Formats: sequence, C-alpha cells, structure tokens
Amino acid sequence: MTRAVVTGIGIASPNGLGPTAYWRATLHGEAAIRPITRFDSANYWAKIAGEVPGFEAGRHLQGRLLPQTDHMTRLTLVGTDWALRGAGVQPNDIPDTDIAVITAATAGGYEFGQRELQKLWHQGPEYVSAYQSFAWFYAVNTGQISIRHGTRGPGAVVVSEQAGGIDSIGHARRQLRKGVQLALTGGMDSSLCPWAWVAHQASGCLSRNNNPKRAYLPFDRDASGYVAGEGGAIMVVETPESAAGRPGTRIYGEIVGYASTFDSKMPSREPGLKRAAELALRDAGMDASEIDVVFADAAGIPELDKAEAEAIKGIFGPYGVPVTAPKTMTGRLFAGGGSLDVASAILSIYWSAIPPTINVENPVPEYELDLVLNEARHGKIKAALVLGRGKGGFNSAMVVREYR
Amino acid sequence: MSRRAVITGVGVVAPGGIGTKAYWKLLSEGRTATRNITHFDASPYRSRMAGEADFDPVREGLTPQEIRRLDRAAQFAVVAGREAMSDSGIEFDQLDPGRIGVSLGTAVGCTTSLEREFIVGSDRGKYWEVDASYAVPHLYDYFTPSSMATELAWTVGAEGPVSVVSTGCTSGLDSVGYAAELIMEGSADVVVTGGTEAPLSPITVVCFDVIRASSTRNDDPTTACRPFDKTRDGLVLGEGCAIIVLEELEHARARGAHIYGEVAGFASRCNAYHMTGLHPEGIEMSDAINIALKQARSDATDVGYINAHGSGTKQNDLHETAAFKRSLGAHAYKTPVSGFKSMIGHSLGAIGSLEIVGSLLAFEQDLIPPTANLHEQDPECDLDYTPLVAREKKVDTLLTVGSGFGGFQSAMVLKKVEGAGR
Repeated sequence: MTRAVVTGIGIASPNGLGPTAYWRATLHGEAAIRPITRFDSANYWAKIAGEVPGFEAGRHLQGRLLPQTDHMTRLTLVGTDWALRGAGVQPNDIPDTDIAVITAATAGGYEFGQRELQKLWHQGPEYVSAYQSFAWFYAVNTGQISIRHGTRGPGAVVVSEQAGGIDSIGHARRQLRKGVQLALTGGMDSSLCPWAWVAHQASGCLSRNNNPKRAYLPFDRDASGYVAGEGGAIMVVETPESAAGRPGTRIYGEIVGYASTFDSKMPSREPGLKRAAELALRDAGMDASEIDVVFADAAGIPELDKAEAEAIKGIFGPYGVPVTAPKTMTGRLFAGGGSLDVASAILSIYWSAIPPTINVENPVPEYELDLVLNEARHGKIKAALVLGRGKGGFNSAMVVREYR
Repeated sequence: MSRRAVITGVGVVAPGGIGTKAYWKLLSEGRTATRNITHFDASPYRSRMAGEADFDPVREGLTPQEIRRLDRAAQFAVVAGREAMSDSGIEFDQLDPGRIGVSLGTAVGCTTSLEREFIVGSDRGKYWEVDASYAVPHLYDYFTPSSMATELAWTVGAEGPVSVVSTGCTSGLDSVGYAAELIMEGSADVVVTGGTEAPLSPITVVCFDVIRASSTRNDDPTTACRPFDKTRDGLVLGEGCAIIVLEELEHARARGAHIYGEVAGFASRCNAYHMTGLHPEGIEMSDAINIALKQARSDATDVGYINAHGSGTKQNDLHETAAFKRSLGAHAYKTPVSGFKSMIGHSLGAIGSLEIVGSLLAFEQDLIPPTANLHEQDPECDLDYTPLVAREKKVDTLLTVGSGFGGFQSAMVLKKVEGAGR
C-alpha cells in the first residue's frame, strides 16, 4: 500500500504564524484568545476570539491577489507557500499533473461576501466586485492554490465542519494511492466578520463567558461552550519515494490511519466517534496500546465532552493515554482546527513532546482522562490519534506515526 | 477481487417537473424549462432568466418544521433522496448503518437563505454590524453547507462516512466520484450521493452578471441557453437536485437489484490557469477524460455518447470541443454529444448529478436527449451535438464531463453492467 508522509507544514494560528512560532508558543501554553479587534463586537454577546495577529497579507502575496481574495484565502496561500518551502519543493521537481490539492472549508470567504452583499443591497448591483463569483465560495482555496503553484493534478474540497480538516488529509492520502506523488492538503477557516459572527452566536455552541481564561474549558466541570478562532494548517503530504527524490527532505511523520463516521439522529444509537477511532486504528494496523497521545476534539460542551471521554476511555481504559487539546489556546478553528490538530500531532512526534491543554482547572473526575494540563510533557512519541467532530454529526479520526 | 460501484436508485428535482419521470420526459422531448425569474424581482439585473423548479414542499411531503428550517437546496435533497431510496428498493433500515455513507455536492450551499437573513439583519445593507436579534435559530446551518449532508444522512439513516464535496460547478460529478471511491476502497457498501443547488437569489445572479457570463436574451428566455450555437450569448442559471444511490456491485447483485450502470472511471483536474477562464486547448479536461477511460478499462472508441458541460458560453464550447477531440481523436466526430443545460439551465453544484441521471436514463431507453436551441451550429464547433431532437442509439459506455470556476475539470465514465436486472 502506498505510504503517505508529511514533509511540509504551513501554519497560521492565533498563537503563532509559521510552524516554528506556532510550536514554540504551543509548547509553552501561550494563550491567544483575546477581545475581538477585527470588527466592533459591542453589539454581540460573544466578544472574544482567536485572531491571527500580525498577518500582513501584502508582505506575502502579490498586490493583484489582494482585491480578489478573502482573508481566509490569503492565510491559505501563505500557509501553502510555507509548507512547500519547508518541504523543499521547487517548481518542476514534480510533474504538475502529479500534484493534488485537497482542502477543507467550513465557511467560505464570508468577510468578502458580506462586503459585496452590503454593496449589492445598499448601493446597487453595479457596485458588486467581479471577484465575488469565486472569492467567497467553498472551493476557492483549492482553485487559488492550484493557480499559484501551477498544479494540474486532482483538486477537491470537502466540507464536514471541524471534521473536514481531517477528512481533507484522508482524501489527500487517497489521491496518493490513486497515483499522484504529492498533495497539498488541509484547511484554513476565518469568519471574523459581523455577518458570520451572528451565525456563530446562533449555533448555540459559543461560550457566553467573555473572560478569555474561563471561556473555553473542555472536559472541565465549568465547560460552557467554545470560542471561535481563525487559521489552520496546510501540509505537504507525499509518498516516501517522492520525498526521496529531493535528498535531505525532512520527514516529520507518516499518516497511517484514517476513518470517518456519522452520528445517528436516534438517541438510542451510540455516537460514532469511538467507531471512527477504532476504524482508524484498524486502518493503521495498530493496537490502542501503541498510541502515545490523543489530540481530542474537545468541544467544550458538557454532553459532547462526556461522549468523547467515554469514547477515549472505551478504547484506552481509564487514564489509559495522555489526552491534550492545544486548541484551548486558540479557540476552535473549524476545518482549520482539524488540520491544525493533525499538524500538531505530527510536530509532537517530530519534537518528542506533548503540548498542554490550558485553562482547564477542574477536570470532571468521572471522565477519567489523563489530561496534559498546563505544562508540556516531554518524551518519545511514536504515534498519535487525532479526533475531530463537526457540528451536525461528523466524526473523523486520524492516526499518525513516526516514519521509519 | 476489486470492488465496483454501481447505481441502483435515482431521484430528481428539476426545472420542468419533480421526479425522474418528468425529468426524462422533458429531456427526451427536447423541451426547455428556462423562463423569466419568478422567485424574486429580477428587474434590476442584467440576466433575468433561470431554469426554476416548480417545487411545492408541502405536496412533496415535507413537514412545516422542515420547510421552515431547511434551505430550499436541502429540501430538494431530502425529496430527491426519498425518491432515490425508494427507487433503489433497498430496505435502508435493514442495512448496517455504519456501512451507509453520504457524499453530497453543492457549489454555493445555502446562499439563498444566507442572503435573505443578511437583508433582514443588516436592514438591506444599511449596517455593517448585522443585528443579531433578527437571526433565525438555525442560521449556523446555512453558514456551513455540511448541514445539508447531515439532513440527507438523517433521511437515509447513514452512520458511515458523510461529507459535502464543494468544487463549484463540478461538485455534482465530484461528489459521485468521491462516493465511488468510498465504495471501491471498502469504506461503505451503499453511498447516497448526488448534488443539490437552489442558488436563485440576487447575489448569485449578480455574480454572473458582473463577469458577463450569463445570457441577456431576456425577451426569449425559453431559448436563451444555446450551447454550440453561433448565436449563444452566455449561460442561464438553474436550480435542482439529483440524488443517486451508489452500491457495491456484489451487494446489489445479492439482492437482485436493478442496476442503471456502473461508475467505471472518474477523474478531476485543476487547470492552474484562471479562476473563471478556460484555456481553449482543453488540456486538463482531456487529461481527466483519459484517466477516467483508463480506469474504466475503456478505449476512446468505446464511447457511444458524450454528455457535455454545454454551459452556453463560447469559451466553454471551444474548450470542451477541443478536449473531446484531444481525447477521442477521429472517434469524437462519430460520437453524439449533447448538453442538458440548454433545457434546464445551469444549476451549478447540482447539474453534474442531474447530467449523470439523465445519461443513465439514456442507457435505459436507448435514446440520446438532444441539445435544445441549436439551430445554427458554430463552425468552430464541428462535432455532432445532436441538435433539437433526441436520437435513438444503443449505448454501452458514455462519458460525462464538467467544468467550473476555480479551474476544476472532471470526467466520469458510466458503463452498462451485464445482467443488470429488470
């Protein structure tokens, strides 16, 4: 079976731009949930978010791209540049038809979309941007990556809320098995504009606590919802043979297992997260005892935390495996978050350290989870399980392992 | 033994009629269902036509609660999904739900509802800080289109892999390709797939107006979409949905199912060229066709019919005509081609699935639906585009293609299956 290794990682996260800054901040437990600056939050009850600070798109992208892209596409393009540079991929290293682009989205370019909707309804149809037709829709990032890097292989976009960030990487691995050499994959989401914010508030999942240290507390007895953020990860995933074609290429780790399931509407049926994790382990040909850390979905909503804790306990036993949620530092990043968790798991393996979960002070004892709280745990990490759930019933699981 | 993905059930909501029968009647008679827009006041816009579905959610059996909660595109998916389930003859509640998946295509998701809620919350664009007190409780479902996959998954009782595939105007082909991959790799035995779109709202119309991609033949809406005709002047939008039950071949055979055909090959390509423009050489679409044929173990000369993208723009007509010739060579000239958008308009992320279903029905009836409105063929488009009248022909292998914003090019090979029942 074709293997899939990660050789490049591009990250835009509220607590770090670029993989090095992100990992340093994450290992130190640096919080990045803050009062919203991107729009005036005075009229909204949710007033905090994970914003990517200091991102000046004009420093990274040609001027002509700016009027035609939403913020989330700019983050994506910069993240992709990072991943490719880190992987040492030069133009013409790999035939353009052997490169796939598979991204995930939760929202589209909604900040751009809100601006154009406002023009349409307040000023008139003739004021709407010629770029609206593609700048806001869900497929935009795959299309823009392909154009920027001249890739002419398969292209796809999957949408399954937060779980989609994992699904995109699973689908990228599928493309390698179908014969492409390399895939650019992952997701970045950003919907920090009033129109999108109203939708986030309506989801019923945001925390009503506006104290950045007390708002997003997964597995805590004070869990009250999550905080929304922006950013994510784009990765270079390729076959080992392809990586070997560029001597000296660093291999961070390998994607060895993936599965996705869906929750029934019927309360009598068990939620599908545990089954997704078991199927991913089976796909990897691994036993639960070989997993050194679980990157939890960590919804921060009591019923969902309980369901996840039961799934983890059901597979690993009480306190059977270290569990962490670095997203407590950034907020949930939706499709971007699923991808960033996979990137974090890969970095854990590469750097032999588990990043901590922050702000959680009173873990619910009945969950019987070995949460990695406040301090990173250092030591050999051979394999990690990443869990992700999307609102509406989506569950995805991915197993990553050191490459040998 | 490799697993194969076959189609055993179909359901349709389309302009010109609800249900597969009405859809086939329209296609086979070569009638058009494009008209002046009635869903909203389109008078301020450049292009004021669309293929609208006469869809009455109450008559189609949706509950008042579903009607309030679901975007029109999600309503289409539920209704077409029920038709497809019943057509397949599968007792869905007897299957292991973990082996049932969903893969739904949509290009613009719940745009119509999002725009409606924006107008209210912003008081017609007056306020940047949209007023949250006007938000409907299910606004987040409109925000992310995966809510539509959730709805379809609930309808069929799926607990396997579920996702939306959103690749613009190729979504309806790509979602079915994705579903076929889930079956072939063994992640599911049954995947309910297809595409749905109800994009007819001012923002969508304006998107195509500002780039002058849509037709302005507003005084003659029924003949406005004219693919391959030298008088064509752009696309006509549409709405609709096709849901397809895709099943593993042995699973279908074991229950003696009727099999419409097999998804024998599928490929997608990025053109790395332009977000909305197409290169006249059609190289990437041709690549996609070649790979899909290879996967299907078919030669170019096996192709008995090509279902074209046929959006009604000159750049598309030249692009795909070049791609067909590049892949099929001399055989391209002997192969009937036709485009359904001439009859039902361009329903973005749904159209690829509607075209698959129409093509499967062509298999059943040995009849190739025509390209409507094709009176004066563009001399630069020199293939056989089956003008105006359906043609009798027995076809065993057909090709359907799609092309979309973002540079996506997709191709699928559908084949008849031996011993397919009925």
